[in-house]
Amino acid sequence: MTPVLELKEITKQFPGVLANDHIDLKLEKGEILALLGENGAGKSTLMNILYGLYQPDGGTIFINGQQINVHSSIDAIKAGIGMVHQHFMLIPVFTVTDNVMLGEESLILGDILDRKTAAARIMEISKQFNLNVDPNAMVGDLPVGVQQRVEIIKLLYRDANILIFDEPTAVLTPQEADELFKIMRSLTDKGKSIIFITHKLREVLEYSDRIMVIRRGRVIGETTPDKADQEKLAEMMVGRAVNLNQEKSKAKKGEVVLQVQDLIVADSTKKITVHGISFTLHSGEILGIAGVQGNGQTELEEAVTGMREFESGEIQISGKSIRKIKPREFVEAGGAHVPEDRQRDGLILSFPVEDNLMLCTYYKPPFSKNGILDRREIRKNAENLISAFDVRTPSPLTDVGTLSGGNQQKVIVARELSRDNRLIVASQPTRGLDVGSIEYIHGQLLKKRDEGCGILLISSELDEIMELSDRILVMYKGEAIVTVDTEAVSKSEIGLYMAGISQQSVSGSETVAEKSSTGE
Amino acid sequence: MSALEKDSEQKKNEAKQAGDIFLQELSRKPSNDSSFFSKLWSAIQIPFLAIFSGLFLGALIIVFTSPDVYEAFSKGLAEGFKAVFSVVGNAYGALFAGAFGSPSKIIVALRTGEKIDRVFKPITQSLVETTPYLLSGLALALGFRAGVFNVGGEGQIYVGGAAAAFVGFAFSDLPKAIHLPLSVLAAVIAGGIWGFIPGWLKAKTGSHEVINTIMLNYIALRLIEFLLTGPMTKAGSGGMPISNSVQESAKIPLIFKKPLTLHWGFLFALLMAVLIWFFLFKTKWGFNLQMAGANKHAAKYAGLNIGIWTVLGMTISGALNGLCGANQVLGVTYTMGLGVSAGYGFDSIALALLANNNPLGCILSALLFGLLRTGSRNMMSNTGIPLDIVSIVQAFILMFIAAPAIIRTVYHLRAKKTQAPAAVNVSGWGGK
Repeated sequence: MTPVLELKEITKQFPGVLANDHIDLKLEKGEILALLGENGAGKSTLMNILYGLYQPDGGTIFINGQQINVHSSIDAIKAGIGMVHQHFMLIPVFTVTDNVMLGEESLILGDILDRKTAAARIMEISKQFNLNVDPNAMVGDLPVGVQQRVEIIKLLYRDANILIFDEPTAVLTPQEADELFKIMRSLTDKGKSIIFITHKLREVLEYSDRIMVIRRGRVIGETTPDKADQEKLAEMMVGRAVNLNQEKSKAKKGEVVLQVQDLIVADSTKKITVHGISFTLHSGEILGIAGVQGNGQTELEEAVTGMREFESGEIQISGKSIRKIKPREFVEAGGAHVPEDRQRDGLILSFPVEDNLMLCTYYKPPFSKNGILDRREIRKNAENLISAFDVRTPSPLTDVGTLSGGNQQKVIVARELSRDNRLIVASQPTRGLDVGSIEYIHGQLLKKRDEGCGILLISSELDEIMELSDRILVMYKGEAIVTVDTEAVSKSEIGLYMAGISQQSVSGSETVAEKSSTGE
Repeated sequence: MSALEKDSEQKKNEAKQAGDIFLQELSRKPSNDSSFFSKLWSAIQIPFLAIFSGLFLGALIIVFTSPDVYEAFSKGLAEGFKAVFSVVGNAYGALFAGAFGSPSKIIVALRTGEKIDRVFKPITQSLVETTPYLLSGLALALGFRAGVFNVGGEGQIYVGGAAAAFVGFAFSDLPKAIHLPLSVLAAVIAGGIWGFIPGWLKAKTGSHEVINTIMLNYIALRLIEFLLTGPMTKAGSGGMPISNSVQESAKIPLIFKKPLTLHWGFLFALLMAVLIWFFLFKTKWGFNLQMAGANKHAAKYAGLNIGIWTVLGMTISGALNGLCGANQVLGVTYTMGLGVSAGYGFDSIALALLANNNPLGCILSALLFGLLRTGSRNMMSNTGIPLDIVSIVQAFILMFIAAPAIIRTVYHLRAKKTQAPAAVNVSGWGGK
């Protein structure tokens, strides 16, 4: 049988690096092919070539055995290729129908939009593939998971047979992700073919039919889920053995480093998003804050680190109560902060790496003496941290904005963890990073914990929370819905808490209530 | 996994080679393959080519607006081309001679020792013109670095000039060592206040400084007009908007004897450029200012009070423009009039951009502006080509600076950014 899609010898050269080096790829009808690789391995480049956003330097593309030329995404759509981007291409103030019709309007009398026909067609597609989308809903009102399904409908509406998903689960809760994979399966059952790009090993093993690993622009190998395991895949991706499950000793809890009592915080629109949260963080432990994004974690993080004033309640750092803490006082009190939005808060992208590596302590010795910056010390500090934290940069003088996301994050982590700190607030410390960088940053956090730091880990990656935390606090709608010891809880239970199902609601299963120890 | 092993076995050697090259690319230091000159060239190539292209397009306009050229073409093609070259040659020759002086005359004068002052007049005049551009350019560059767009240069120059003039003529019997600094100080304070207001409004209310500085320009202009026709007017000027002349003790001394009008303000402005450069790049306060300008979120994260630094940036910027006003009143005109600023406050926006907001770069671009301005006067008087051609040339230069892609396309230059860092920035491709 001819494959629905075949790429032969695709090559793409970017200045300095070969992004795709003679890549061959075959996609059979009705299969889910996982394209696995680290950030920068070349998988996105390959898909962008397929989708017509880049022109390859060499190689050919066949659809159902016919060679085609893809000069733009219009050609790709014509050939039945569709892409669900990581960041949705939807207009929030339009309805589902309007969004789907955009660029593919059905018209009556020449110029008048025929919403009815379009809506009917959307309903039909929605039913056929169990997508469960209301064509008349406003996209902005829909949860992220449903928005993603609108993207899928857009492709099906245009009769796409080959669907490309670019990191589709990055924005979803575990439950939404499961839902998505069910949909993907129902799509392939009905004859569609899927390529899905990811660097999450678990998803690949659970949901794909075939796995292709790309590293540094080359196909490293192909395998199937039943023949591979996480360690093997990680090794193929990174090119060396990767320690996926960090050895974690038992936490040696010490004195209280952070005490939060009845904290109420409002967001920038003056809406209260943290409703009276209380918790205690000891030295030598990691407290994970789990929760679907947008449940008050960001405001909690900002309040604790002094980036945002809080309405009421109390925050004590090392026993000292601080009403109006400023970021600088937080740092002076031994705090380190890995911010959620690294490019907005954590770095000055137009500044060189070496300046970013002293961003919070530039004003005092050794970096500045009597107000004059000591460039030699700044350089020395940068060189030390670059080698200690394995930051890949051509030089300390390179603008940090030109580094890859993983290396930018390493710059922040290097800067924050290199100080002599007692309290670390790390928010989404590994978002968007590849396996190698994640392993490294996790290792650094655990090392700091064992040195006696108290670490507040805020993450929407449940795997990360489960792996690193000693205790887990689940936030839902601004409240701490539960605080439990990691050992006493399963991932699916945490998933339920994240969805807002509290202890009482699950109390049918008493085990949950028992397991969720008091924590404090 | 046998498929994998077979696959990797096959490509092992190739892969290793590619891997080695990749690693070399990764570890390559950009400084290794570029000498001092190639670095210098890569830094100045865009401004240089922009200036060249601006002059070229200016030449085209001169040609197309010259009646001589049309007349010559009607006689024949060869005549026509001859006329093209002679018109452009005359115009730019006059521009050059007006800006620098005539080289042959300079050599003769140096040999004979006669008329030395006259042959050096053009170049020193250019430097006199350079000074206000430099001071105002520094004001804008510092503002841009601090993240504020100070369009209020004109207003700040006006209030600075008026304050300097007032102190300059109102106090008599003061020694120069006190009177001159005092006049300058008055200008700095006045300009500073005129910068502080929009800065403070921005920090407190979030209102945009571009709007407020433009409005303050009008306020300053009308306020000064009122002062110059009323309280500060020159006795017997008959309502002309002009102030009394400043006292001798408040004048900035000349470096050479007349008719060379070059005054110490020029050297002072050079010194200011170095000081501002040092402040911005070598001190923690300059670092603060630039942080606040580059990313206010990260600056807050790093412990800054953004409001204070915004206000400070605007205030220093205003003070430098005030200095520019003082320089003109105390060093050139000796009296305050409405013509004190020949558009320096606006031209300096472009000037600062041309210099990439680097204070030392401002010296070069101010020099360019000063030379063009002085030269264009000579061009007009010698060839009848209007001064405005120079404005057009300046505008072209700025367009090319603002849109370097044009220059890169025309001259087939590779964009530098995608070259060197791309070796590391591998994940940038997918847009992730």
